[in-house]
This record gives sequence, C-alpha cells and structure tokens, in this order.
Amino acid sequence: MHRVKVRVVEDALDANNTIARANRADFDAHGVTVVNLMSAPGAGKTTLLERLLAEGIDGVRVGVLEGDVQGSMDADRLASLHVPVTQLNTDPGFGGECHLDANMVRSALPALPLHDVDLLIIENVGNLVCPAEFHVGEDARVMVSAVTEGEDKPLKYPLMFRTCDLVLVNKLDLMAHLDVDLDRFLHNLDAVHPDVERMLVSARTGEGVDAWRTWLAELVAARSGAAV
Amino acid sequence: MHELSLAGAIIDTVERHAAGRRVTAVYLRVGHLRQVVPASLAFYFEHVARGTVCEGARLEQELVPAVLRCGCGHEWPLDGPAFRCPICDGAGTEVVSGEEFMVESIDITDEEPVCTA
Repeated sequence: MHRVKVRVVEDALDANNTIARANRADFDAHGVTVVNLMSAPGAGKTTLLERLLAEGIDGVRVGVLEGDVQGSMDADRLASLHVPVTQLNTDPGFGGECHLDANMVRSALPALPLHDVDLLIIENVGNLVCPAEFHVGEDARVMVSAVTEGEDKPLKYPLMFRTCDLVLVNKLDLMAHLDVDLDRFLHNLDAVHPDVERMLVSARTGEGVDAWRTWLAELVAARSGAAV
Repeated sequence: MHELSLAGAIIDTVERHAAGRRVTAVYLRVGHLRQVVPASLAFYFEHVARGTVCEGARLEQELVPAVLRCGCGHEWPLDGPAFRCPICDGAGTEVVSGEEFMVESIDITDEEPVCTA
C-alpha cells in the first residue's frame, strides 16, 4: 500500500468565507448594507424587527431575509408591515441546518430585491452556537440576548458574544419579575467582549428601539459614505 | 452541536485536496476559542465521512491554547473568559492564537481508488 502525506494548511471554513465574500461583493454592487441578526430561539428577534419596521428608518429602505428551519410564521408577521421579506428555509435541500451559511444566502440572492433596499437584515436561525461560525457576507453582526436567558450566557457562549458588533439586551420590561442580575450580565459580557456596544431594549414596550434605529441608520450612512 | 456543521466543513476541505484518493487520516489544529468538543467532533466526523473519501479516516485533533496580546504589549495565555488585559485593563486585545480551525495535512493512499459519485 502506498501512503502519502499531503500538506493542506487550509482553514476548514475557507469555502464558506469565499462564498461570503462573493455575497458581499454582490451586496456592495447594489449599495446594500447587510446586518446578520442572531440570538437564541425566543430572544425576540422577530418582535424587535416588528418594532423597528413599524416606524421604519428615515431615508433607509429596509428588506428582511428570514432564516428558519421550517415554516414562514416570522416572514408572515413581518410582511404585514409592508417591507420586502424573503423566506429562506434551511430544511429543504440544506438538511435542516441550525444556522444560515454563505451558500444558503447565496441561493436566496436571486429572490432578494437588492435594487429596492438600502439595508438588508438577515434574521438568522435561533441558535447561540453555529451562526457565529458562518459568515454570510454581512457588514455587521447584531445579537439579541434576552434578560430571561440569565446572566451567565456570555460565559457559556463566548464565541457568539465575541463575534458581534452590538448586543441588544432585550425583554427589559420583565426585569421586575426576574431574579436576574443585569449588572452581573453586563459584567460577564464585558469580560468576554470588552467595550462591545450594548443597548438595553424592550421589544414589548419599544424602549431602546430608537437607539437601535439610529445605530442602523449610522451604519448605512457610514457604508454608503465609504462607497462613494 | 456545531460540531456537525464543522465536520461537514472539514470533509469539504479534505475532498478538494484528496482528488478522489482514499484518505486514511486528517490532521486538524483546533483553537481553544472555537468551542469545539473533541469527542463530539470525532463522532460527527465519522458519521459525515461515510460515503466520502474520508470514510474510516482517523481524525487527529491538536488543541491550540488561546493566547491574547494587549496594545500595551502584554501577552498572556487566556485562563477563563476574561479578555480584558490584566495589566492595563485595556479592551483592545488581539487574539494571537486560539481561533484556528485548520486542516494541516491529510494522509492518502492510492491503494483502492474510491468512487464518490
């Protein structure tokens, strides 16, 4: 038997990153800023988006790519707000993946109205682990962490908390009913990702959503400024 | 649970380099910060490898410890989730090592070419 050692020295996620760069080039060509929105299931991504989109962002046309394992419940909720929403299910053809990867997003590109949006928000599959590994061609990563998840989550899922540019601490309206120590959560967040931007929000009451709206508007302005 | 997705990514990478030849071992460098559970990755690798050139291949995982460097010049091995500089309390720390997820090399054999079609 003839055995040979072959040197590879390649990041196993290179294939994904190459496709992510191709997505990014297509988004750039259309002047579209892209945000990858991630969280655990039930942290309130869709409800926050409903709050955000109900009033919209001044001068920014927003579209949503809705990633789910199955079904279109979230997309249906958002479609009533009269923004372009495209559903991407990871079940058919992708083996029910627990995250979106660059290739899945690439497959959805033809269905996306890139000419008609300035900001595309990709709502990832609810999961605190896998989405952090797979870039999809985004400009920024935003994660939602609900106070109901407990103060220890940054310590348990450092990969996710370290990969994001902004953390939305959601369900603030429930604080009075919880034993959760918010200062401790923020302390843990800072230990894992020092100085990461964070906003305290409530999708239910709308508290803090304006700050996120401004953050997104500034992101789009910075991107289009850089493109000119 | 992300080990399943990562096992698939490893096999995609290996397949491109194996060019249809049977792979007997895959040597992987895994950074501590990737949050990979070695036993879990080995389990999924064996499963996902079935029907590919990697079927039956050994997965050798070398764990790379996390090392951080601060703007102040201090460099230290990460011990627990504390990314702030212990000397100057700075936030601008850079990861020197610990984020690797590298297929370093593969052992291939030309004994019995397998068809993966």
